[in-house]
Amino acid sequence: MERIVALAGNPNVGKSTLFNQLTGLRQHTGNWAGKTVETARGRCGDYLLTDLPGCCSLLPRSEEERVARDFLLRGGAEAVILVCDAGRLRRDLNLALQCRELCPRVLVCVNLLDEAERRGVRVDCGKLSEELGLPVIGIVARRRESRTRLLSALDSLFAEAPRSPRSPPYPTELEAALSHLEPLAAGEALPGRFLCLRLLAGETLPASAALREAAARERAALGWNEELLEDAVTSALLREAERIARAAVRGTGEGGSARDRLLDCLLTGRLLALPALLLLLLGLLYLTVRGANLPSAWLGEGLAALGALLRRGFAALDAPGWLTGLLLDGAYGSLSLVVSVMLPPMAIFFPLFTLLEDAGVLPRVAYDLDRPFRGCGSCGKQSLCMMMGLGCNAVGVTGCRIIEGRRERLLAVLTNALTPCNGRFPLLIALLSLFFAPAGSLGAAGLLCLVLLGSLGMSFAATWLLSRSLLRGEAAPFVLELPPYRRPQVGKLLLRSLLDRTARVLGRAEAVAAPAGALLWLLGQVEIGNGSLLTVCAGALNPLGRFFGLDGAILLAFLLGLPANETVLPILLGIYTAGGGLTEAGSLAQLGAVLTQQGWTGTTALCVVIFTVLHWPCSTTLLTVKKETGQWRWAALAAALPTALGLGLCAVVAAIGRIIG
Amino acid sequence: MRLSELRPGERARVRALKLEGPLRRRLRDLGLVEGAELRCLGRSPLGDPSAYALCGAVLALRRADCSRIEVEAEEWSGS
Repeated sequence: MERIVALAGNPNVGKSTLFNQLTGLRQHTGNWAGKTVETARGRCGDYLLTDLPGCCSLLPRSEEERVARDFLLRGGAEAVILVCDAGRLRRDLNLALQCRELCPRVLVCVNLLDEAERRGVRVDCGKLSEELGLPVIGIVARRRESRTRLLSALDSLFAEAPRSPRSPPYPTELEAALSHLEPLAAGEALPGRFLCLRLLAGETLPASAALREAAARERAALGWNEELLEDAVTSALLREAERIARAAVRGTGEGGSARDRLLDCLLTGRLLALPALLLLLLGLLYLTVRGANLPSAWLGEGLAALGALLRRGFAALDAPGWLTGLLLDGAYGSLSLVVSVMLPPMAIFFPLFTLLEDAGVLPRVAYDLDRPFRGCGSCGKQSLCMMMGLGCNAVGVTGCRIIEGRRERLLAVLTNALTPCNGRFPLLIALLSLFFAPAGSLGAAGLLCLVLLGSLGMSFAATWLLSRSLLRGEAAPFVLELPPYRRPQVGKLLLRSLLDRTARVLGRAEAVAAPAGALLWLLGQVEIGNGSLLTVCAGALNPLGRFFGLDGAILLAFLLGLPANETVLPILLGIYTAGGGLTEAGSLAQLGAVLTQQGWTGTTALCVVIFTVLHWPCSTTLLTVKKETGQWRWAALAAALPTALGLGLCAVVAAIGRIIG
Repeated sequence: MRLSELRPGERARVRALKLEGPLRRRLRDLGLVEGAELRCLGRSPLGDPSAYALCGAVLALRRADCSRIEVEAEEWSGS
């Protein structure tokens, strides 16, 4: 029979890394608190593991902690693997003690022993186990042998009888009240002492009427308000944690290693931090732009050659013209454009970014930028959501759960689409390289950096506007944890991220871009009045588009690209070459020729760049906004806000362009 | 004195948390209780928030929140 085992622990102790190691699954991991926001399940031998979101306490304060506690109480878990960070055991023991109070089978897993040792912290697992009264094993979750050790520890945990839950000593008054209540709680489903304590704190949990009444009486007799009681409980837990840590842990590891201090000086120092972050961003973009250039050209040429070969094949088979058109001009053309122009930048930028994430750089950015974000009525954690948005806005919107205050969270959700996602990035790179700087040059990277800074500026502006109109309110308190730096497993991470991203882009290209290409070709064939359906629609939108420095085809492409931003470029080319083929437009140079032929100027390109950053998010993101906020009106606002900003800015640029002419 | 007055490099022991609501609970969960020892590690480049070492972890807190935490400065013990 399968046993359900929960994986719990403070945020950023390596639960997901351990989960992946145990189950062979690939949950995303990152070196910052709050990376995992949803529970994941996986199989490992006879066990069904559930990876819970990180929590600091089982007295639920946040949604994640409620999820974690409810799972432990009612999710059917027979055992808990409690993962602790060896470097901050003093704090993580707090949660271990709470688990001990709640669950009969707890295995304490002290992770990151190697990292703690580097910082001068030594943990005596035997002593720890003795003091805690729970089995303890020390592991390094990233290493493979951890799996076997942990599994055998789990096996022996299930082999022995469940331990009765234990609590730290509470103040005498509280202990007295508990001793009156506990006999009444014998038959309850929840562990007696825990249940009595929570009832005393005034929480409503399922319990018999007699117990509830008795608890209410004791509560009145005790005369403590909720805060006093919570304080008494947390103080008792922390005192006990402190006592155990003193017995089992040597060294404090305070301030981190020399390397950590140096990095902190660079990334959070007064003078260096902001220029250093800017340089880091520029470097990242340069590698992307430069690195994408060659494979992009190769892929373009290769796919065009393959296209020509296929065309000959179709001709040799005497295929009807409509079939060749539908498959080659439509589906294949669109697919090859996505692969050659869109794929390389995505497959380079994202893995590199994952490296920074794993090293622990992202929370430092949030730390550095908290002040300007606070000035706009939000908090620095919004920058974490935005950085996730660089990969995918839907992920960024979900990631906003790390922000505790409801108002601040909504601000971050609504403005996330102002950060261009990976699906829009390559379009930006292509346009900048075609019209403003040579492809693959430092100039192109610099311009892209400027565009990103511009989008950051717009995010500040939009957040400021919202926090002074629709979302007015008090600033919620802000607590951000800065994790120790970790050396990422560069090779493994890059390869995995590269493969993941490539598979994802190809999957999306196949699912969305190819059918879209075929559909466009069909629409291009449908004649109504004096042109195809596409050209007529584009023509109708043209006056509107022109006003904003775009044209009808561009507007139509963005509208049709709603399901996936990656498809905007193939759709646009499909419209421009409606009726003709677009297999020839595989490379950047040919793309440029088509655009110039359609009358694009520098102003047009600039307006398209602006509109690429500032328009409605893709449908997946909009659905995610609805899911996270529960209301369609917020999703509508998340679409309207960037669109209004984008159109406004485009109109201004177009007007200036006309004057300079 | 208040935690917000603690300068980078200085240590202190917490005397009282004059906070209520979610922040008070959150900080207590993170180990910031009466008697806890902490050290100011530095300030963010724009001056706020500041980073504090506490229970082996590093927390960033804003000045406004820190000004409601009473601490007692401690001499550097060297150990």
